[in-house]
Amino acid sequence: MPKRTDIKKILIIGAGPIVIGQACEFDYSGTQACKALKEEGYEVVLLNSNPATIMTDPDFADRTYVEPVTPEFLEKIIEKERPDALLPTLGGQTALNTAVAVAENGVLEKYGVELIGAKLPAIKMAEDRTLFKEAMERIGLEVPRSGFAHNHAEAMEIVKVVGFPTIIRPSFTLGGTGGGIAYNMEEYERMAIAGIDASPTDEILVEESVIGWKEYELEVMRDTKDNVVIICSIENFDPMGVHTGDSITVAPAQTLTDKEYQILRDASLKIIREIGVDTGGSNIQFGINPRDGRLAVIEMNPRVSRSSALASKATGFPIAKIAAKLAVGYSLDEIRNDITRETPACFEPTIDYVVTKVPRFTFEKFPAADATLTTQMKSVGEVMAIGRTFKESLQKAIRSLEIGSCGFESRLFDITEETRRALTQKEQTLLQEKLRTANWERLWYLGDALRIGMKVDELYAVTGIDPWFLNNMRHIIEMEDELKSARHVFEKRLPELVEILRDAKQYGFSDRFIARLWQTDEESLRQVRLSLGVRPVFKRVDTCAAEFVAHTPYLYSTYEEECEADATDRKKIMILGGGPNRIGQGIEFDYCCVHGVFALAGDGYETIMVNCNPETVSTDYDTSDRLYFEPLTYEDVLNIVDVEKPHGVIVQFGGQTPLKLAVALEKAGVPIIGTSPDSIDMAEDRERFQVMLHKLHLLQPANGTARSFEEAEKIAERIGYPVVVRPSYVLGGRAMEIVYEVEDLRRYMHTAVQASPEHPILVDKFLDAAIEIDVDALCDGREVIIGGIMEHIEEAGIHSGDSACSLPPYSISAETADEIRRQTGLMALELGVRGLMNVQFAVKDGLIYILEVNPRASRTVPFVSKATGRPLAKLAALIMAGKTLAELGISSEIRPSHTAVKESVFPFVKFPGVDTILGPEMKSTGEVMGIDADFARAFAKAQLGAGVRLPLSGKVFISVRDSDKKHIVTAAKKLYDNGFELLATRGTAAHLAEKGIPVTVVNKVTEGRPHIVDAIKNNEVCMVFNTTQGAQAVADSFSIRRNTLMNNVAYFTTTAGAKAAVDGILAMLRKDLDVKPLQEYL
Amino acid sequence: MKAVLALADGRVFQGRSFGATGEATGEVVFNTAMSGYQEVLTDPSYKGQMVTMTYTQIGNTGINPEDVESSRLYLSGFIVKEYQEEYSNWRATMSLGDYLRENGIVGIQGIDTRALTRHLRDKGAQNGVISTIDPDLESMVKKARALPSMAGQDLATGVTCDKPYHWTEGLWELGRGYGDFTGRDLSYKVVAYDFGIKFNILRCLVSAGCDVTVVPATFPAEEALALKPDGIFLSNGPGDPEPMTEVICNIKKLVGKAPIFGICLGHQLLGLALGGRTMKLKFGNHGSNLPVMDLATHKVEITAQNHGFSVDIASLAGTCELAHENLNDMTVEGMRCSAHPIFSVQHHPEASPGPHDSQYLFGRFVEMMEKYRKA
Repeated sequence: MPKRTDIKKILIIGAGPIVIGQACEFDYSGTQACKALKEEGYEVVLLNSNPATIMTDPDFADRTYVEPVTPEFLEKIIEKERPDALLPTLGGQTALNTAVAVAENGVLEKYGVELIGAKLPAIKMAEDRTLFKEAMERIGLEVPRSGFAHNHAEAMEIVKVVGFPTIIRPSFTLGGTGGGIAYNMEEYERMAIAGIDASPTDEILVEESVIGWKEYELEVMRDTKDNVVIICSIENFDPMGVHTGDSITVAPAQTLTDKEYQILRDASLKIIREIGVDTGGSNIQFGINPRDGRLAVIEMNPRVSRSSALASKATGFPIAKIAAKLAVGYSLDEIRNDITRETPACFEPTIDYVVTKVPRFTFEKFPAADATLTTQMKSVGEVMAIGRTFKESLQKAIRSLEIGSCGFESRLFDITEETRRALTQKEQTLLQEKLRTANWERLWYLGDALRIGMKVDELYAVTGIDPWFLNNMRHIIEMEDELKSARHVFEKRLPELVEILRDAKQYGFSDRFIARLWQTDEESLRQVRLSLGVRPVFKRVDTCAAEFVAHTPYLYSTYEEECEADATDRKKIMILGGGPNRIGQGIEFDYCCVHGVFALAGDGYETIMVNCNPETVSTDYDTSDRLYFEPLTYEDVLNIVDVEKPHGVIVQFGGQTPLKLAVALEKAGVPIIGTSPDSIDMAEDRERFQVMLHKLHLLQPANGTARSFEEAEKIAERIGYPVVVRPSYVLGGRAMEIVYEVEDLRRYMHTAVQASPEHPILVDKFLDAAIEIDVDALCDGREVIIGGIMEHIEEAGIHSGDSACSLPPYSISAETADEIRRQTGLMALELGVRGLMNVQFAVKDGLIYILEVNPRASRTVPFVSKATGRPLAKLAALIMAGKTLAELGISSEIRPSHTAVKESVFPFVKFPGVDTILGPEMKSTGEVMGIDADFARAFAKAQLGAGVRLPLSGKVFISVRDSDKKHIVTAAKKLYDNGFELLATRGTAAHLAEKGIPVTVVNKVTEGRPHIVDAIKNNEVCMVFNTTQGAQAVADSFSIRRNTLMNNVAYFTTTAGAKAAVDGILAMLRKDLDVKPLQEYL
Repeated sequence: MKAVLALADGRVFQGRSFGATGEATGEVVFNTAMSGYQEVLTDPSYKGQMVTMTYTQIGNTGINPEDVESSRLYLSGFIVKEYQEEYSNWRATMSLGDYLRENGIVGIQGIDTRALTRHLRDKGAQNGVISTIDPDLESMVKKARALPSMAGQDLATGVTCDKPYHWTEGLWELGRGYGDFTGRDLSYKVVAYDFGIKFNILRCLVSAGCDVTVVPATFPAEEALALKPDGIFLSNGPGDPEPMTEVICNIKKLVGKAPIFGICLGHQLLGLALGGRTMKLKFGNHGSNLPVMDLATHKVEITAQNHGFSVDIASLAGTCELAHENLNDMTVEGMRCSAHPIFSVQHHPEASPGPHDSQYLFGRFVEMMEKYRKA
């Protein structure tokens, strides 16, 4: 059937901010959908609150609403836009839930909007676990034994039937939030209650544990003609019990015979038909008992998912794009396969390589979190690697992770020495523990277990990881042994060196790892390898295992005979991507990379993208002219440079990942364009930077560098407490703390970090209650144009990535802003910036201090671009390629008359036991933007977009530290005057009462019951303002913040945030918030 | 041990031996299925061919006693990127390497199978030699050149059964294995001509309610009709259909006497028997992911295919109409005879390996027999 002509205008819902369980894969899918539907001539209206997405670029939709993704805002947009259809299957669970809400509350019917992709009954049947279970029974498929509970009593009944261990899955939550595995009654009771709380429908599924079963996923597509195809099968390395988002996964399935695979395929076809997903992609998860092949259906997502993104990148089949086309009536046979051009999309991709995905965790950010992997997802990103064998792709994936690992480093041994010695009792215990429980380090401990000679059978018994995977790991460790014993072959350059190297490279060994085994350095090894002609070739991802000619240069490296790179002699620029998402480096950098590609392609360059993150738009094969899906390491990047010989390589868009490589790449002769690596170093090297500031007569907080506690103490005394302490050369505020007294300093220097001459600690004067300002600027070496000035809501001391900010600034004077502009310009020119620069300032008592300068794309570039309508990253790319600002027609700063507010979102809900208090260490995973005519309204939208339920009436609880008491009075008064009731702890209450504000005293948790946590749990409190200082006070108030979070009560842990919230609430009380598309602001 | 694959056009791939050692010859073809190597190994249609699997990890699930498509291995050589000695699957009883060794099949691993596949795609399927014993590459290329072309070779009559037999095994189910239909009352008597028939075709027929007697390729039409069959089935098989003149004559005698269903080589033979032509394809279709449209319903089925020859439908104008079409290369995938209850498909509805989308065709055959019986 050709496309539908009865619909003209389609509303697409995006996924909102990046959170654990919902990352940039939905920007990838949403962007594809927008592009596909616009291509087909539909008018596309988009709702997404996330400014760091490509899909919210004004060119991708006709009307782009950067507004909160909530049913209320969706209704406003529908009322205004009157779309014919709503497409909810490409924006993750958020989009689906929001669509379900407007379908159920009658909004869609009222405005005559058709749900396309999946209809309400299908969504309900897939998502509601009772209906799903019944559906599976109707088609004769098994699901694990299970039952539902809505309260404690029901939970206790069901567990009798299901037994232990038990899996608890809350209904309708993202990434399994609130779920887990209980091994005993005590755990079960706790988790069941928490799960019911976490579920928006107060419902949990209590399920028979299929822990240890093999886990598989199939990506399925269906069209209006009922054609169904499987795009990809995925086998989990980790058995059932670990959330698939946290599992290492491999495509295609490895340990199924055809008969067994066809059972899964048949089941998938039956399931998508029975559930009734009309069109598009779905993801179905299965468990298989490894002893007899018994099959259990675990779940189905009636929408494009994280696994769909992985499957798309793994096969070259653009699931989201095709899903969008199917949603408007095309059938699979009517759509061409872009890669082969000659064959239709109605087929099943076949691959001739192995894809391995490894998740990226950031437990170091949350030391209090339980690092055991369970059915609740905890990873924040992932990498994918392609190799011709599992061994090769696994090792490539490991070095893609950027966790300092270049292979199977040992956790227990010095691998250059004897690794077959007996372990000590302590080591033995540690090893057993690390093998028994699923944890992110298990892979490396498995390496050690193999090194000491543990048998695959033993390891299988302990871990449940299929022997096939374990055997392949064993081959890698055996190769390591072989390499070690061949050190003399390398040193004497014996003839067999070629073969040994080639074998090792085919197993995926990195130069760096081999160099370590042979006790040489990476560069020397590389030179020897090249001199022997051991170089990789590049193969194409083509959906068809070479059966047809591939027209898309989507490439990966391997060590074989034939190279299919076919590099062109066009003028070309290569952009290095950002690697896996992690806290501190996420979608914002991918956004910049993609913009760089678009701008350079528009200017006639051939663009080459290098990245290893399957979730991103940058790794879509049609984003750049050529895509290399490769690890971002020195070795892997140089291999590509050798083949492509680009005219320029851009390192300043991908965040720290490519930047770290800049100096070494330049030394190797790679033409880095843009700001020189030397300038980057000048900004990062403390001493060089100080010299520069001095020269420019600019201020910096007093500081010093300490190599011991004694030195640190002296510096702190000189500059005065509080001080900010951090290890040199860290990112995202790793191990950064604000220290208020000498005892804290002692603890920090002795426990938190190990200072040494090689690893000094930086000590800075902490500017208490200073206003922090972020500036993004463009510079071509001659001129500087300010991209945007952002004022942080939270005071300095909260990591800039975690604080909310406003563009334009909302409280600083025009003179201060001008001075900031001037200083930014001075530094940009002094550093010789070509491209983007970001500066962080602190303003205190009329003085402007420079906190940090980063001569590269920053996290705020997409936000500023959306807020001002000026595509900073695109302009920066063109500057790097040689254009001047004047040539680009950029002569002045854009100063918008509206206000945009960025707010961060946090993963605290996924990490029980973790405090929600903010500090210098970055913890947020994503961001939203609120945009409106004034600050208060924009701030309110940003809060709503971030999932904060700003109340319009009710009881507000206030408990602030002494130094904040005077700052909170006005906010409290405003609330009281607008009908809110105030609760406060004794000290705060006394202060407010003194100022004439009526307030009820409530007990702190330590003061006896009933106390504030009781009130929060009883839903008596609608908002919490809580600031604390000092270890004891923080500990005492922990349960307040945690319960506030779990009960989804709005909370603010800084007075600045509280004040802004009050203004936002007041603005909402004055007039309901309106919606307006980005295109109308610009 | 080293092993070498030499192609007739001079291209040589050096790898390592697995399975049996020695020397093997045949037409080199590639198969793009990611699962089902055991079925491929035992498929008689690969007689005279050496198969390279485009998927790179082969041997993962070992060998089990169930997943066989005939009683022995027919291909002459097996080519993979990385052989997996340690297998993992609850049904497996031996490794792939041991299986090949036991059956005397030469295997080579560690070569750039993608380069080989691209070569075959661009230059066409061609003859080759795998050797673990001949150290002289030139001599190997010469040997490959000396091999006869697949075109013009009647291989089917070499792999058929000696004498008629009764088949009672039905389709495989998890936990139950193959169905045993011994003594069950099956309503449609089918005579199945064996040109190298895959067991799963027989299982599909039995499970669809057919009482199946398998007969040799040259079993006379008169004797077949004397068995009073409700339908005749013409099987898949290796080689070129054109030189199989005796078989074609025989089929001519069956036309119009009973409903006929043909698969793969059986489909090509029908085309020839009905007066049409067949032709050799450049590298054929061998895989489990090929889209085929049923022109009656306009629905697409994902099919398993394994053929190097194709029917020219234009040569059958007026006799047969196109019923199924391959959406990748637009070749003839199935036809229906206008005058008689006869239909056939080029692909493999019995799958094994491959998807089950086309299994409905066995039902269609049964419906046709039912209708013919009533008429």
